[in-house]
Amino acid sequence: MKNERAVVTVIGKDQVGILANVSTGCADAGANVIEVTQSVLDGYFCMIMVIDIAQITTDLDMLKKNLEKRVPSMVVHVMHQNIFDSMHRI
Amino acid sequence: MLNMTDIMETIKMIQEENLDIRTITMGISLLDCADSDIDRACEKIYNKITSKAKNLIPVGESIEKKYGIPIVNKRISVTPISMLLAISGGDPVKYAKTLDRAAKTLGVNFVGGYSALVQKGFAAGDLELIESIPRALSETEFVCSSVNVGATRAGINMDAVAIMGNKILESAKLTYDRQCIGAAKLVVFCNAVEDNPFMAGAFHGVGEADCVLSVGVSGPGVVRSALAKMNANSALDLATMNEVAEVIKKTAFKITRMGQLVGSEAAEMLGVPFGIVDLSLAPTPAVGDSVAHILEEIGLEECGTHGTTAALAMLNDAVKKGGVMASSSVGGLSGAFIPVTEDAGMISAARSGTLTIEKLEAMTSVCSVGLDMIVVPGDTTAETISAIIADEAAIGMINSKTTAVRLIPAIGIADDEELNFGGLLGSGPIMKLHKQSSAKMIKRGGRIPAPLQSLKN
Repeated sequence: MKNERAVVTVIGKDQVGILANVSTGCADAGANVIEVTQSVLDGYFCMIMVIDIAQITTDLDMLKKNLEKRVPSMVVHVMHQNIFDSMHRI
Repeated sequence: MLNMTDIMETIKMIQEENLDIRTITMGISLLDCADSDIDRACEKIYNKITSKAKNLIPVGESIEKKYGIPIVNKRISVTPISMLLAISGGDPVKYAKTLDRAAKTLGVNFVGGYSALVQKGFAAGDLELIESIPRALSETEFVCSSVNVGATRAGINMDAVAIMGNKILESAKLTYDRQCIGAAKLVVFCNAVEDNPFMAGAFHGVGEADCVLSVGVSGPGVVRSALAKMNANSALDLATMNEVAEVIKKTAFKITRMGQLVGSEAAEMLGVPFGIVDLSLAPTPAVGDSVAHILEEIGLEECGTHGTTAALAMLNDAVKKGGVMASSSVGGLSGAFIPVTEDAGMISAARSGTLTIEKLEAMTSVCSVGLDMIVVPGDTTAETISAIIADEAAIGMINSKTTAVRLIPAIGIADDEELNFGGLLGSGPIMKLHKQSSAKMIKRGGRIPAPLQSLKN
């Protein structure tokens, strides 16, 4: 099967419900959450989520915009996994 | 699996360190558009470009969204127009206007290829095209022009050098009311490459396939911050030059991998073969996106001081070494660019007087292009410009490398004022030149014979 994964990162001040909001946003778009790593350092929240986008119903840019609306004041990035693989794997 | 540090590093490069794809350039051969009737040839050109490149902008934008990385420019390069002119005759500016119209329709930033290759002599169409360059550049918005006047295997065509001094001056004069922008779209080359995706010197060589997609990556900011991080980590124990080179190499590798990914994906989506990745460090006037600042990070107080040439030589070589490992199709100009007006660090070094034309000339002998985007006094004579072209072409010819000259005579601007092009082309102070005349040498014309390839000392 073709590897269609994207990486969602959310960075900002810790607040209630970030993980829940972002996961719901992904679920609404038909993206399956595969892996979540998160840490809170000095009150700053940093979450990296790998999602399966094979069945996604929107494009990555729209997903990013939707997620930004769900967690205002956080910095959200949604990028296809290929870019990380090509830059950090030989 | 991916780890957090790698992911954050990539995001930081794009968000904070201005990492971007500088250009995706579609090279289109126009040889099958040649026609003895110039109007028919123009129509064929317009149709071919607008059909081949019709998805260039949408594909570029969709890749930007998918990977979250900006693709700053979408461009087109075409077969040197002098070849089509040789068959059709007529007013060459018609071709320029056709290219301009196609660029407008597609929404691309530039079209390169209003060019002639005359390193050994003028064939049919060459002189007419060169003659029309100033007019073509002033009457169009998106067309870029280049002329190759020398090559290691051919020598330097000094007749062409003499003409080009005039043409640069005329291009600036015809656009004096628009910051002399005409001259900023005209490059004079020695050893021009056929697959360069960067403007203003891009053209689609005759040895290339019918239609290819090439990509130019950028990332001076990323290299500078990698060095800054290394400096911070080894504050007490200064890293050696080979350690510095190693850091640059690794960073160039990552940047190039990204270029390779974007380029090959874009080519696939457009259904054309992938051409090359040009792994150049191309600066922009944005703060933190400067090649000069990399040199300063290596340990120079200001770019242009003693040691600049050595630092640049190391930088240029390390960038190539990292890039070559990252992609199997490296080409174009590949190296570090030093366009003065497009680089915040160079602009300030030029303003303070540390960076002079002589030092820039020395720098061009070890880096990827040449005397690029340099503002010179408006009263500079055509012979002086020709002499600068000859100097630069000689460096390229002897060292078997590409060199180029893109000077902008600041017509009607006082010596203490600056030209400001805006956008990626930036702004810059007027650089002092020698007043002594080179007219007699330029007047001689003829050719500088091709140099010996052995007995290199």
